[in-house]
Amino acid sequence: MTSAVSSRRLVGTVRHGDRALAGLTAAAVVVILVMLVIVMGDVVIGGVRTLSWQFVSEAPRAGMTQGGVFPAIFGTVALTLLMTLVAVPAGVATAIYLTEYASAKSPVARLVRVCVANLAGVPSIVFGLFGLGFFISTVGRMIDSVAYGGQGVYGRPCLLWASLTLAILTLPVVVVTTEEAILSVPRELREASLAVGATRLQTIVRVVLPEALGGILTGTILAVSRGAGEVAPILFTGVAYYLPSLPTHLNDQFMSLGYHVYVLATQSPDVDRTKPLLYGTALVLLSLTFLLNLLAIWIRSRSRGQSRAAR
Amino acid sequence: MAHPTILAVPERTERARSRSLRRNSGWRERLIELAITVVALGSIAAILLILVFVGKEALPLLTSVEVHREVTPWSMLIPIRQHGAEAYVWQPVSEVPKYNVMPLIMGTLKVTLVALVFAGPMSVAAAVFVSEYAKGRMREIVKPAIELLAGVPSVVVGFFALIVLAGWVQRAFGTEHRLNALVAGIGLSFAIIPIVFSVSEDALRAVPRSYREAALAMGSTPSQTILRVVLPAAAPGIAAATVLGFGRAIGETMIVVIASGNAALLDLSLQHSTRTITATIAQELGEVVVGSAHYDVLFALGAMLFIATFVFNFIGERIVYRMRRNLGTVA
Repeated sequence: MTSAVSSRRLVGTVRHGDRALAGLTAAAVVVILVMLVIVMGDVVIGGVRTLSWQFVSEAPRAGMTQGGVFPAIFGTVALTLLMTLVAVPAGVATAIYLTEYASAKSPVARLVRVCVANLAGVPSIVFGLFGLGFFISTVGRMIDSVAYGGQGVYGRPCLLWASLTLAILTLPVVVVTTEEAILSVPRELREASLAVGATRLQTIVRVVLPEALGGILTGTILAVSRGAGEVAPILFTGVAYYLPSLPTHLNDQFMSLGYHVYVLATQSPDVDRTKPLLYGTALVLLSLTFLLNLLAIWIRSRSRGQSRAAR
Repeated sequence: MAHPTILAVPERTERARSRSLRRNSGWRERLIELAITVVALGSIAAILLILVFVGKEALPLLTSVEVHREVTPWSMLIPIRQHGAEAYVWQPVSEVPKYNVMPLIMGTLKVTLVALVFAGPMSVAAAVFVSEYAKGRMREIVKPAIELLAGVPSVVVGFFALIVLAGWVQRAFGTEHRLNALVAGIGLSFAIIPIVFSVSEDALRAVPRSYREAALAMGSTPSQTILRVVLPAAAPGIAAATVLGFGRAIGETMIVVIASGNAALLDLSLQHSTRTITATIAQELGEVVVGSAHYDVLFALGAMLFIATFVFNFIGERIVYRMRRNLGTVA
């Protein structure tokens, strides 16, 4: 009798403890998701009134208190496109090297891996310093002195250097997602291809990469999303607060959504008048990066489902 | 991992194949393979170039006599006498420029610690939920949803902290300054939650199933199993997650530059405006003369930051690797 009661009580406290831990950890998840929803909700509610066709298609007017943000959208798109042209081929090549060519124990491959991981951890502002010190002050000046007789054509902040800086910053994103995708390609496919006489490169190009396309696409989208949101690396390498015309050359400066938010938020002389524009710009930027992220998640889950179904 | 699959092809086939193809496509193929390898080595080059070129601009601080008239590495650390008292002052734009980094280091640490205290336990708890309690669809929704937080650009988080969060914190704590270390730290936690969560969750999932099954078979309850078996086994990974979060936090720029108030004060108060190393670089580099002492000092701060984050990342990744090896789950 007594033992039955005490054991029932014991089970009771144990259940209590289990529920408490489950509840506590679930609460942590809820708090994090609520934080996400609050930030996004605030930006959406604050920005949706400003959002209009005019806002996304016009240039700013009247000292940034009226008009739209089209040049900033244009600049962000141009910047990330150029960045993608460099980061994606380089990232995919690195992933191919790591998975298909280098042996697992190769010290060089391990070093590459360590460097990719560390590249992902370098603070974005340090990328900005690097872009200024390397691309602009060194490479750009060199180009100027060789090809333009010392004129300042490439030895100054511009679209080209900003996108190259961002390309290095986003390289690890492409490498890691592509590597994961390549690793999930079944070995039987490679073996079949090699067995019918295809070379290693043919196998990679015609069998492995098409299978891994979903992963490469995911990596590209995540890189674009990351690149579009970064401000610190482009601060000194090419972004401008206001430009009367759109960038048409690689050595032109450009406007960007992220920088626009930063300047409107911190240096506006009249906060109340710029606030609607500020919210609108933040909303455009957030929608861009957020939708790209959702797209990446969707593609990833779809391609995972497919490869599972195929097996 | 994938390499053994290629080795698994009988060697004779491989040799015969390469002999038959060598004549027409051998050199082209080898050229492309070479190109791929060279590009792959690019990431090693990138790390080295960052170190060299950020270091190069900082070097005059060590070597240039001209720069030494204004600032030396030593003078960046020791206090100056001001109004009869010792003071640590960062005032690079004044008649006698003062470059003491102590207020900036203190500001960085304050903001980072607030973020870690706020985000760390929460992220680990969320990781426990996702790896131990959530099943099936729940897991597949919750995990990417938390990781979506990484998709919010830091400038947007900073903007939110400035416009909304600062007001809430001021009302809740009655802080004197609207922008302060507390606001910046809470803002910063948005940036580190995804990384602490992901790495912790990976660590928890790396704990072999057999550990849990053994504990449950011995009569432990699920919560006992989690608290006394799974968490201790994953502890190194969770420590690594914290270290990586720390590295991420000291390098984050846009959130703190917008939300910290940017006053370079050396104090421990969370209620005062503060200024971090990253924010200092972001705000001042645009206005300095290239090659001036101030310019060199800012690059030196960047080099310091680079080395610090490099060390933290290295430590973090070593811990994760060791833990996985000890648990027998090396990927």
